[in-house]
This record gives sequence, C-alpha cells and structure tokens, in this order.
Amino acid sequence: MSAQLLQYLLAGLTVGAIYALVALGFSIIYNASQVINFAQGEFVMIGGMATASLIGTGLPLPLAAPLAIVATTLVGLALAKFAVERARGAPVVTLIIITIGASILLRGLASLVWDKNIHPLPPFSGDRPIAIGGATLLPQSLWVLGVTLVVVAALWWFFNRTLHGKAMLATSHNRLAAQLVGVSVRRVLLVAFGLSAALGALAGILVAPITFTSWDVGVMLGLKGFAAAILGGLGSGPGAVVGGLLLGLIEALSAGYVSSAYKDVIAFGIMLTVLVLMPGGLLGRRSAERV
Amino acid sequence: MSPRIRTARTGGMLALAAVIALLPLALVNNYFYDVAILVGLNAIVCVGLNLLIGYAGQISLGHAGFFGLGAYGSAILTARYGWPPLAALAAATAGVALLAYLVGRPILRLKGHYLAMATLGLGVIISIVAANEDRYTGGPDGMSVPPLALFGHALTGEKIWYAIVGGLLLAVVWLTLNLIESPRGRALRALHGSEVAAEVIGIDSVRQKALVFVLSAVFAALAGALTAHYSGFITPGQVTFLHSIELVTMVVFGGMASTFGAVVGAAVLTTLPQLLAVLKDYEMVVYGAVMMLTMIFIPRGLVPTLAARFARKDPR
Repeated sequence: MSAQLLQYLLAGLTVGAIYALVALGFSIIYNASQVINFAQGEFVMIGGMATASLIGTGLPLPLAAPLAIVATTLVGLALAKFAVERARGAPVVTLIIITIGASILLRGLASLVWDKNIHPLPPFSGDRPIAIGGATLLPQSLWVLGVTLVVVAALWWFFNRTLHGKAMLATSHNRLAAQLVGVSVRRVLLVAFGLSAALGALAGILVAPITFTSWDVGVMLGLKGFAAAILGGLGSGPGAVVGGLLLGLIEALSAGYVSSAYKDVIAFGIMLTVLVLMPGGLLGRRSAERV
Repeated sequence: MSPRIRTARTGGMLALAAVIALLPLALVNNYFYDVAILVGLNAIVCVGLNLLIGYAGQISLGHAGFFGLGAYGSAILTARYGWPPLAALAAATAGVALLAYLVGRPILRLKGHYLAMATLGLGVIISIVAANEDRYTGGPDGMSVPPLALFGHALTGEKIWYAIVGGLLLAVVWLTLNLIESPRGRALRALHGSEVAAEVIGIDSVRQKALVFVLSAVFAALAGALTAHYSGFITPGQVTFLHSIELVTMVVFGGMASTFGAVVGAAVLTTLPQLLAVLKDYEMVVYGAVMMLTMIFIPRGLVPTLAARFARKDPR
C-alpha cells in the first residue's frame, strides 16, 4: 500500500469516527421517537465550545471535558422535555422544524454566550506525529479512534445486555407493545436525548483539537452525521458506524485524489446512488410496508 | 367537489387579489415595496412546495437548489452569453423541469426521512457547485445579473416589479387551486393518505409524485430567476441548505395542505427577519424560538388552525 493512500485512509477513518458518533446520536433519538433531531450538530458544537471556554478559565482538560458533556446532556434533556415531548403526535415535518428551530436558537445563544470567533483546543497528548508505514498520524487521531471504539462497545453492551437498553430497543420496535409490558416511553425519550447529546458533545471535544471549533461548526457536522445515519440505515447502530466510517473514507479519498472543493459533492453523490439502489440504506431494516 | 369548497376557492382568490391590489396603499416607500416583492417571490416557491409537502406528503429539504438553479441559469445565460432575459428565464426554468424529472423519478421511490436526505443531498451538491464554479457563477462572492427586459426595455423600479410578481402569484395560486380540485389533485391526496391504497385503486404513484415534484421545482426555478433579475445580484447564500429549510418552514408555519397558508407563511416569515433586524445579535435566538413555539403550540400551522377556530364559531 502506498504511503499516500495510507495517509488518506487514516485521515478518513478519523473524520469517519466523528461522523459515526454523530450518526449514532441521530439513530438513538430516531429509534426512541421517530424524530430526526436536526439539533444534533449543535450538541457537537456545545461540547467543543464549552470545553474550550472552560479550559480558558484555567480548568484542566480532564475536568473541563466531563463538565462540558454534562452541560450538553442537560441541553439535550431540556430539548426533549420542553419541546419534543410537548409536540407528541405532531406530523413528522412539524417535529423536524421544531428541532431545526432549536438548532437555530442554540446557535444564536452560542454566539451570544461565547462569540463568533474560531477557538482552538489543545491536543489531549501533544502533537508529535506518529510515523506508520510512511504515513503520519496525529496522536489526537488515536484518541478519536480509541474513544469511538470504547463508546461503540459500551453502547452495544447497553442496548443488548442491560434492561434499560433493551427497553429502548423494544420501544423502537413497537411503542405500544413496549408500553404494555411496562416500559416508560417518556423516560426512554429523555434517556435517548440525553445519551445523544452526550455522544455529540464527546464527538465535538474529540474533533476540536484537529479542526478547531466555533459557534457554527454544528451545521455541517450535523448534516454529515445525518447523511451517515441514512447511508448506513436509519435506526441501525452498526449502520451508523459503517455509514460514518464510509462517509469519512469517501471524503478523504476524493479530497486526496480528485478535488478537495468537491469532496462533499462526491460524498453526497455516492450517498444518493446508494439510496437509489438500496432505498433502506446499507444495513437498514428490510420490512414490508404495513397498510 | 361540493359548491361550498368552490366558493371558498373563488372567495380566497378574490381576497388574495384584493390584498395584492390594495396593499400598495400601505407601502409608503420603496423599502416596503421591496419587502412585499420578496414576500411574493417566496410565496410562489411555497405554493409549489406545499403541493409537494402538504398534498402529496413528500418532504423536500433541497428546494433552494432548484431556486438557485433557476437564478444562476438565467443569470449565466444573460450575463455570460448575452441571451435576452426572458428567453434565459424560460430556458433555465425548462432546464430545471427536465433535471427535476430525471432526478425525481428515482429518488421519489424513497420514503420519509430517506427522501428528506436525498433532496437535502441534491441541494447541497447544487450549492457547492454554485460556490466553486467561479468561472460561471462568480464563486462565493456571487455575480451581478442584468435586469429583466421586455422588447428591449429594461424592467426596473419597485412598482413595476410589484405588479409582475403580484400577477404571477395570482396565476400560480389559481393554477394550484385548480390542480388540487382536479382528479389529479384527488389522486395526490390519496397518495398522502396511503400510497399502497392509492396504487390499489389504480393511481401510478411514482408518476404522480414526479409530476408534482417537477411542478414545485418549476415554481421554485421561476421565482429564483425572477429574484436574480429583480435584485440584480445572486450569491451562493441563496442556494444553501438553510434557505431550503426556510422555505419548508414557511409552508409548515402557514399550514400544510393550505395554499393560502403557504402564502401567509411566506408573508410572515419573510417579514419577520426584517422586523427582527433591530434586535441585531438576538435575531437568531428570537427567530429560532418563534419557530419552535409556533410548531409546538399550533402544529397544524397558522391558517388551518385559525380556519378551524372560525368554523367552530360558525352556527351551521
């Protein structure tokens, strides 16, 4: 394998892991409530920005990052409790617009609470590149990949081995049936938003040392996360991870070999083609439509 | 259809015509005219988008792309190739119709959020091309567009444009109302109810959806081309995902499956940012909050909710 190709693959996996974390947030909320949460990107922004500003006040990273994640989780819970829960039963488009309204509101608040400048975040463990087979890897990329791996394993355990996780899965399969066997669907919604907000914040903190952060990073990261979730198959956990990594790799390879200005065009173009050929995404549920 | 609905349609048309005719009395200066023209242009897009979202039940998060293709198409043909503006406008709109048909056939088989993503992806692709092909589009800085001309006379000035846009809006609304009442309109509503059931009774669902998709894209392209010629300038900012969202919000805010709702939604949400501009830094916060609160408290949209309220008071 050429060093150049390896370099692109490593870059693609790093950014793909971030997309995967955002996509997992989309899928978890979708499973719990059938809502596409367009404010997911804002969780990423809040995580990064809150960490940057807490570090600015002199807090060390191991303290600032968890605080930022807690703060973002609270925002997610508030969004579920005060907006999404109240609009239960509204048409899908209405729910989409509520979350878009929330994302505009949160972006506006971020530009007021903080500012409209770009903020750096120091890498977690230095910035001396590691050489691998002729390519170089930033230590921060290892953090991104490592933490994503741990998160995916933890989520798998949560959804397959704990009662709470199974209750959430049950709700996604059949709301009414889950309610009948005693699952509190309300709490499932809250947990889903809290968990997704925490995942988003984590992604925002992990990626900030590589790409920097600002009040408006959420727009594009949110779109990419949504695209990854759809590509893999909406509501599928493995689908979100596969979709995220694939999207990251496609982007990095097209930026490297074709054109960096058109990397998103190629990524979205491939996604459209996949959707036309496989209308349920790569790993989506294949179920017949109920009449 | 029942005579009652027919009266409501004629009554609504008359009311809209009266508003368009009388509004100039309240438009005290060119700035007010400017806002009114923008309202009309957005309303044309929203009436078409409402056919797709409200009647056929298909989501599009990429209509700013069609708006932008109409705008850039007409702008490039006039500014770079010296076409007469009306021919450029017609060619750009026809081009968008063809593209919407070719793209619409395959992607309209997708459902719900998958369709939302596909249209969103399409819009993003168009906006990136607009920002990067600077030889043709002027890149991120945008490009200037020659004014619309009729028989060699340039059409400029707010009052002329107000008349053009007002007349066109009336025509678009009339066409749309007739379509909704026609057998095809009923077929669309059947689709919205249940696609499978609609197919069972012999409705070619993909064909019907594609036709509405094309029609809504044509309205968007037409409004886009007119906007470009009217303002004399176009930037990639008008083609972004956020503009697509604004358009959908106008439709849902005014009330889905209500043609006049789409017009009202366009009017309120085009004027709102102008009013909020005095809030400067707080503009986004207030705009986002208004979006959330209206959707939480009146999820069916403004016009259907008000109509239901008046209907309840009606003794009949």
